Amino acid sequence: MVAASLSTPTATAGTAPGSWVSALLADAAGGADARAAQALAQTPLPTRRDEAWRFTDLAPLTALKPTLLRPAPGTHPEPAAGSLRLTLDGHSDPLAGISLPAGLEPITGAGLGESLGQVLAATGSAELWPVLLNGATARNVLALRVRGTVATTLELVSDAGDGEGILPLRLLLVLEPDSSLEILQVHRSAGANLTSVVLEARLGEGAELRHGLLAPGAEAGCLLATVAVEQATGSRYSGVSAHGGWALGRLEPRLVQREGAAHSALKALQLADGRQISDTHSQMVFEGPDGRLEQLHKAVADGQGRSVFNGAVQVPRAAQRTDAAQLSRNLLLSDRARIDTKPELEIVADDVRCAHGATVSRLQQDELFYLQSRGIAADQAARLLLRGFCEEVLQELPAAASAWQPLASLLGEEGR
Amino acid sequence: MIRPDAPVLLEIRDLTARVEDQPILKGVSLTIRAGEIHAVMGRNGSGKSTLSKVLAGHPAYTVTGGSVRYMGDDLLTLEPELRARAGLFLGFQYPVEIPGVSNLEFLRVATNARRAGKGEEELDTFAFEDLVRERLQVVQMDPAFLERSVNEGFSGGEKKRNEILQMALLEPLVAVLDETDSGLDIDALRIVAGGVNHLAGPDNATLLITHYQRLLDVITPDYVHVMAAGRILRTGGKELALELEERGYDWVDAELAALERTPAEVG
Repeated sequence: MVAASLSTPTATAGTAPGSWVSALLADAAGGADARAAQALAQTPLPTRRDEAWRFTDLAPLTALKPTLLRPAPGTHPEPAAGSLRLTLDGHSDPLAGISLPAGLEPITGAGLGESLGQVLAATGSAELWPVLLNGATARNVLALRVRGTVATTLELVSDAGDGEGILPLRLLLVLEPDSSLEILQVHRSAGANLTSVVLEARLGEGAELRHGLLAPGAEAGCLLATVAVEQATGSRYSGVSAHGGWALGRLEPRLVQREGAAHSALKALQLADGRQISDTHSQMVFEGPDGRLEQLHKAVADGQGRSVFNGAVQVPRAAQRTDAAQLSRNLLLSDRARIDTKPELEIVADDVRCAHGATVSRLQQDELFYLQSRGIAADQAARLLLRGFCEEVLQELPAAASAWQPLASLLGEEGR
Repeated sequence: MIRPDAPVLLEIRDLTARVEDQPILKGVSLTIRAGEIHAVMGRNGSGKSTLSKVLAGHPAYTVTGGSVRYMGDDLLTLEPELRARAGLFLGFQYPVEIPGVSNLEFLRVATNARRAGKGEEELDTFAFEDLVRERLQVVQMDPAFLERSVNEGFSGGEKKRNEILQMALLEPLVAVLDETDSGLDIDALRIVAGGVNHLAGPDNATLLITHYQRLLDVITPDYVHVMAAGRILRTGGKELALELEERGYDWVDAELAALERTPAEVG
């Protein structure tokens, strides 16, 4: 009933702390982080008057029931060979009954207290509203330390199912120098709920993290995902994400190269159909010289869907010889869909290469005609072209993703 | 091969067409029978590429008059994909790159669309792989090109080979090859022409659109048509192509100028 009265954006705009938040905090009392709970209580809900939320209305979120959700186990495909699946439901210990592969160990006790929140602070993410919301509600943390090369792909899977409420998930990875790991996050939903996930990853010198995030959503579902990555010199981070199908889906990758001289790659696909909002706000900060970024962001908007991309890249004076390239490619499939894409480059260093570009287009008539001239019907040709557009990113996901049928699940074509 | 009693596959009558507000074709007539190889020659801008696109149904071109009958049916009312399924093939001057769509999948979907058009069963992936590997030999193409995205990063010669591979798979009744020789070195030209010759038979027909004689050194046409300003000015045998090679296109301009002084004779 509280949720219903708040389901219009005007009712929540500027309300501090917001009765939706109060109700949620009351339900989550005794959660992981009292400081975050206090901060959340004192922080107004973001509104479209906030620059970072200008195009992204929180109405689908505040329409949700402000309670903690404990989802029932979902049915999922068999894990791919060579991968280990950990199921996250926000309550149970995902490591119970699991024997971790060589090179991975849980971080507990004092070690956890020391590490948790460090990367959020280093990437300037600690005060973001989705991070506060997560901190105030998440009851446990999956925290792992990585030494050496881990041969197994780690799958971190949540399925909010069709229950109502909030599913907060908190993850921490500490990669020791020269270690290497591949992980795949999969977040699914089938109902009116929020999956709130915060991943912190600290990469030591020469460490490598290959990170996939696949999030096919549900019509009334929301996703707020933050990925904070702190990189030491010589480290490599490669993030490949695909999200779509959420009433509100927002991904915030926030990377920092503490001394520069590291390699960061971000490839993303987001889809918005119906009245969905798909949003990515990425931030890359180079705090030292000789850093590299390769970023490709692709978006498809159909129906009355809305796609938002904001790609911040900060190159302060210390970050000489930075080499950063950002490309935003967008496919607008309907007259009523909308795409907002914005590079946000702040470059102070003078000896840098920073390229950026953005295109928004419809399906190319020449490509359609070429396929039609080979006997392929117009609608099938359009489908092939759309798939082709998406595959460029999806094929970069970790191999373990194929069991989840990324394309079919994002296009809502799988039989669930 | 000219056989006066062979069935007519394509009959173009007084065809006129425009792109945007610009009339390009101004009355083209052409009859193509089974077994024949025709060449349409002309300068850039004469309308020869437009003719090929109009036949294939490109949406940017509007037919404003005349008729095209294909196997006795009205071709112009058919969607492009139905023309292709019925056996009309356009080899593109500039084959389109389609990132993210695998060449193998594209070829399989296209082949099965054509097979459905012929009332044949679809090929599953295994049967199709066998077929495509056999047909690759027609154009001496490396199977590695099957795994790549359609035409993406292919050289000019590789794109044209991929066009002829599609022709080999689709087994068209009428193949319209638009400037298939452009951008090819002499070895690639031989391979592509060899593929076209291999596929030409008594039951199908080929319409070559070309600017240069050199393609006709390796594919012998039964008829050569000279096109200018949206019309076929003259039709002859392969010797007409040689004449063009020797004399250039200047006499075409003179003939055209004469025609335009006496518009009543046009048509």
